Amino acid sequence: MSTTTLPPDAAATTWTRRDLLSLEELTAGEIRLILDTAVTFKDAARHASHKVPLLAGKTVANLFFENSTRTRTSFNLAARRLGADTVDFSPSGSSLAKGETFVDTAKNLEAMGIDCVVVRHHTPGTPQLLAQNLNCAVINAGDGPHEHPTQALLDILTIRDHRGDLKGLNVALVGDIAHSRTARSNLWGLQKLGAHVILCGPTTLVSKRWEELGAEVCHDLDQVLPRVDVVNLLRIQFERQVTPPFPSVREYALLYAMNKERLALAKKDILILAPGPINRGVEVTPEVADGPHSVILEQVTNGVAVRMAVLNLILGGGRAARPQS
Amino acid sequence: MARLLIHSGRVIDPSQKIDRLTNVLVEDGKIAAYDVPLNGQEKTIDATGKIVAPGLIDIHVHLREPGREEDETIRTGTAAALAGGFTSVACIPNTEPPIDTQAQVEFVQHQAARADNANVYVVACVSKNREGKELSEIGQLVEAGAVAFTDDGAPIYNPELMRRAFEYCQMFDKPILNHAEVRELTQGGVMHEGLVSLILGLPGMPAAAEDVMTSRDIALANATGGRLHIMHISTAGSVELVRRAKTRGIRVTTEVCPHHFTLTDECLRTFDANFKMSPPLRAQEDVEACIAGLVDGTIDVICTDHAPHAREKKMRELDAAPFGVVGLETALGLVSTFLVAKGHLDWPAAIEKMSINPARVLGLPKGTLQVGADADITIIDPGAKWKVDPRKFRSKSSNTPYAGWELTGRADTVIVGGRVKYTA
Repeated sequence: MSTTTLPPDAAATTWTRRDLLSLEELTAGEIRLILDTAVTFKDAARHASHKVPLLAGKTVANLFFENSTRTRTSFNLAARRLGADTVDFSPSGSSLAKGETFVDTAKNLEAMGIDCVVVRHHTPGTPQLLAQNLNCAVINAGDGPHEHPTQALLDILTIRDHRGDLKGLNVALVGDIAHSRTARSNLWGLQKLGAHVILCGPTTLVSKRWEELGAEVCHDLDQVLPRVDVVNLLRIQFERQVTPPFPSVREYALLYAMNKERLALAKKDILILAPGPINRGVEVTPEVADGPHSVILEQVTNGVAVRMAVLNLILGGGRAARPQS
Repeated sequence: MARLLIHSGRVIDPSQKIDRLTNVLVEDGKIAAYDVPLNGQEKTIDATGKIVAPGLIDIHVHLREPGREEDETIRTGTAAALAGGFTSVACIPNTEPPIDTQAQVEFVQHQAARADNANVYVVACVSKNREGKELSEIGQLVEAGAVAFTDDGAPIYNPELMRRAFEYCQMFDKPILNHAEVRELTQGGVMHEGLVSLILGLPGMPAAAEDVMTSRDIALANATGGRLHIMHISTAGSVELVRRAKTRGIRVTTEVCPHHFTLTDECLRTFDANFKMSPPLRAQEDVEACIAGLVDGTIDVICTDHAPHAREKKMRELDAAPFGVVGLETALGLVSTFLVAKGHLDWPAAIEKMSINPARVLGLPKGTLQVGADADITIIDPGAKWKVDPRKFRSKSSNTPYAGWELTGRADTVIVGGRVKYTA
């Protein structure tokens, strides 16, 4: 998949891609480059006053065809703190409602001088479709259940902040794996950086076939918890399910909700991530979501830093990350 | 009419088990004689180095007219047929409105006569308005010239209707053609369900959805004695079901499209809607099973399921884009390159599945070069190397998965009723 000839472990020193479409296609070196660059933006990510106008004069368009709070705001802030102009686009109230095709809409935006399109869409592959049809950069902000590269990057950055190296860590992704773009991007990213990935959830949402990609598949969360360093709780995507994959939310919560009792089975220093939004009481109980193991809000802060890094690598000329001072 | 001598070609006619170098004389639109020497005929065609075959027949073509003329018309579709080496096509009735009355059948026949390209045979709807509820007026439709019945585009879903159709059609000795798919298992699906769909996060269409319906149809054909033709077979499971049904003497035939013996679900990694069709591109083991089915005779017919869609429809997001690809102008090159050149089928076996076998499935007086038969002839240049260029298609649509492919073998000259209708 990769277009570079670097061995998977070599640190990339420059960024050569026009787009960020998936983590499946990135090398370990490219992932590290993004993470290292993100670290340099952490201050700017936290404080509105710390602007770094590296992208002054550039325009970033947010094309969100699906609802989003976190990701959309995060990309917006990231672009602005780099000094770029941003334009927001949503399908309702646009010409799409008049029957214009998705590609035509994007081409029209591009004709107004857009440098980069950040796209979220309910259909896998739409970022690729845009990248084939536009000359500007395309960043995938989530395409259906396919990939959500910046979400996985910010998850991984959060884990790295606490554990340093990812190599040898056991990371469990729990919940609706079938419909989760976050799970797919995390799987690729974590594996490339040397972590062992366990996918956990009901058999209707976690296929045995994931083992063909090197993941471990386990349907018993209580059996998984004692041996993992990190657990990432994925939302049940009710809106993507054609037929209900489990008998009731109640039964799901009984089997998979991360609660106090389950936390007692885990390692003492377990990290609990959730990409949000979360269904409190379904995937995780409030006392765990708000408890000491939870790094959910750190993820959000890291999200801005990661998106600044991606925007700057793509639009800022591929400069290498400077080591943190 | 002028006398035409096709000389020095390798004549392959599976209907007569002929495969030899000889000359064929055409007179008054009919095959007149063999072994006639070159001697003062008004017209001659030198077929040296070429194959002289019965005109090829594609029994699964969507001509789109009436109703979807932006995709294809009977004129452009039959022109595409000629360019692909087909002298006859059977068109599927999922038009708008669907072909479920005598008047509709006759409209298609009139348009085909006006176009004066390839012969067109009409497959009519099994059910009124293609709704899957009540049988259409099958007797009237047969009288108008309908050669078979299907609700393709959609499966014949209600098993009771399917049973009645099998029973009723026996009065006319017409086959029922079914699109085998259990829709509850494929809801929202855009590609084959497997490892690739898992990676891409695209909703899948499992092979079992085809196999369950194939199994049901075979059971009903067995129970009624009706004639079943399973359309566009694509799974290893269904090929095996048909193989077993044939050994039990059940009246079942089947067909396969070139995309199901040349492409796999890996193609969807491009997210290109020109790889979206129903049934979907399957796994490698299914491709191999389809080829094995062609080799051992389980699969009787090679068809295209030519499904033109205007460019703007296929440029959409994968789930919004319609199912289907064009096939008339690439089928022969794909058969030649991927079945004959690779040693799976020899030319007589390949031609059999594109001429006499499809004619037999639909009961057409075609697919043969017997003396006295209509002079529908396809002269194939088996060594011609060419590149698939959708801009050159005669079809109104260019939704092919094969753009840019290098193929060997194509139609050189196509003769319908003794008249040369196409030359490469």
